[in-house]
Amino acid sequence: MNTELYNDGPVVHQPTFIDGTSVEIPELKILHQDGTTYPNADLPEIDQALATKIYKTLAFHRVLDERMVASQRQGRLSFYMTALGEEAASVGGAAALQPQDMVMMQYREQGALMFRGFSLENFMNQLFSNGKDLGKGRQMPIHYGSKELNCMTVSSTLATQIPQATGYAYGQKLQGLDAVTICYFGEGAASEGDFHAGLNMAAVQEAPVIFFCRNNGYAISTPADEQYKGNGIASRGVGYGIKTLRVDGNDILAVLKATQIARAYAVKESKPVLIEAMSYRLGAHSTSDDPSGYRTKEEEAKWQSHDPILRMKNWMLNQSWWDEAQETELFEKLREDVLAAVKVGEKVDKPHIDTMIEDVYDVPSPQLKAQLDEVKAHVNKYPESYPFTAGKF
Amino acid sequence: MAQQNLLHAINSALDIAMAENDRTVCFGEDVGVFGGVFRATSGLQEKYGKARCFNSPLVEQGIIGFANGLAAQGSVAIAEIQFADYIFPAFDQIVNEAAKFRYRTGNEFNVGNLTIRSPYGGGIAGGLYHSQSPEAYFAHTPGLKVVIPRNPYQAKGLLLASIRDDNPVVFFEPKRLYRASVGEVPEEDYQLPLGKAEVVQAGSDITLLGWGAQMEIIEKAAQMASNDGISCEVVDLRTILPWDIETVSNSVMKTGRLLISQEAPLTAGFASEIAATIQNECFLHLESPIARVCGLDTPYPLALEKEYVSDHLKIYEAIKKTINF
Repeated sequence: MNTELYNDGPVVHQPTFIDGTSVEIPELKILHQDGTTYPNADLPEIDQALATKIYKTLAFHRVLDERMVASQRQGRLSFYMTALGEEAASVGGAAALQPQDMVMMQYREQGALMFRGFSLENFMNQLFSNGKDLGKGRQMPIHYGSKELNCMTVSSTLATQIPQATGYAYGQKLQGLDAVTICYFGEGAASEGDFHAGLNMAAVQEAPVIFFCRNNGYAISTPADEQYKGNGIASRGVGYGIKTLRVDGNDILAVLKATQIARAYAVKESKPVLIEAMSYRLGAHSTSDDPSGYRTKEEEAKWQSHDPILRMKNWMLNQSWWDEAQETELFEKLREDVLAAVKVGEKVDKPHIDTMIEDVYDVPSPQLKAQLDEVKAHVNKYPESYPFTAGKF
Repeated sequence: MAQQNLLHAINSALDIAMAENDRTVCFGEDVGVFGGVFRATSGLQEKYGKARCFNSPLVEQGIIGFANGLAAQGSVAIAEIQFADYIFPAFDQIVNEAAKFRYRTGNEFNVGNLTIRSPYGGGIAGGLYHSQSPEAYFAHTPGLKVVIPRNPYQAKGLLLASIRDDNPVVFFEPKRLYRASVGEVPEEDYQLPLGKAEVVQAGSDITLLGWGAQMEIIEKAAQMASNDGISCEVVDLRTILPWDIETVSNSVMKTGRLLISQEAPLTAGFASEIAATIQNECFLHLESPIARVCGLDTPYPLALEKEYVSDHLKIYEAIKKTINF
């Protein structure tokens, strides 16, 4: 047994409890809400081009979320999830990575996809589960993914991506690639067994994975203080022997800095890092719930004053990298583009009936072919009951 | 051709798979330097290094979660679950993740490179938690392949086919036969087809169908019946999912009778699925009800194991009952 792994504390002769307060966890902050930086703050590597790209991504994120919630309210879309108020976490994390790095999302990280160039058309095709959706219209809205962009397709199953990210990163390491895997999840998902399995295995197998926890205070209606009693999620990283950072999740520069440092460490040492980004889910969990039933307006108002996008805008204005005219033009253009894309996306045909049995296996089994033939014969018999597919095969 | 037991055949298949592709990785509890509790991965860490054959922490959901990620990345992941009885913490990663990976991503990603090996079955005085045959749980999951070999020759050929198949495969190994079953196994590389049953013995009066360790028990019962002048056709299903309806149907249309025997409990076992399908496919050819000889609908007992199992005598009695219906 390697005794280095368990004890560097003093020997005592009276029992002494320890608890989470024994570990002090610093929180990285770089930007004030007014866009000024803290004195002596260690800035991330960022120039005007990257800053502009990040800011435009945040703006796109905000507009898409607003428009799609409105579309859902109009009955054009079955379901949507915003990341209102915590956009900086996914965008800032993605901006610190290289294109060859794998992104494993939970479901509130559309910002990472946007930063990598997932097109508005791709968003619409997925949201309307039409025949052009890369996922072939099989999963509920917001379950995006793209092989080309190294963004693993979202699944509804919570936290399953965490041990998978460990395995993915281990494969990257085995191949000797200059690549890491980033794995996003919320503080609620961190209660799942897969969280513990994934972090422990990453530490033991030394996988270059960045675990990125968005601690947004709520898992649907359950507040964080009914989710765990330890010192956030960061304290668990320490327990697993993983280098850990806590960061203000509404501070885009702090998130960027933390993830840049994490990536450099993960690549160089080939070991995992845990980042806990402290934020707040300003929106509802999804279009299917209403937060007024479980939290106060005062609480929400407090966090509205920490808007991460406004904070970055203020910094951009201070840098003279952005002005109000550009701001107005950008948001008007984005709103027009999204509205136009909705009108196109919702009219694209549903997937062909044959796709129903594709991708269960690499090739459909004889049983699946027989079952599809039965369905087709049935659709032909009652075409008026199956308008998406009748007459289209 | 050398005489090998089933464990050696498994080890030989793993050795070939690791030699042919340096992205093939074997892992699981105690799989590393110790070579697994049954020694199926013996010598692999020594030969291919600790990075490619290693102990995992004691966490089945983590083993399969890790394996899913590794396979999605393009590596060849061969994960061992130490006993099939302990596969259930990984059920979500198998049923919701591995099985649906290709489908839910629209084939943007897949875990076709995943093979899960696990010893299953009773007859080793293992009691409730070292004896189960959980194949039916996985057979209910589109997207998985489920494969069970009956002897060393089958084990090597089917395991190599499972590893190279572009779908996630759950490969259950009959642990009672690990050392007990010895047969001729080619040293070289070969594969046996997935999704294909095998007619082990031709016959004309009744079809006896099974898989894995149950095959030698079925063959023993067939021998007893033959002494009574009953000609049994013995069929090994080999792949539980997707299963070979055609071979089984053809056999039943010839014999007019079907008996299915499995180690697992009777209710909702895979024998039930076969019975329903064959009743549909062969209705007008059947001369008697389809018989199922299975474990009782109880947990797997210890002291009363002999009474519990579907042994050759129970099968022999069921053959006579079916013939004399």
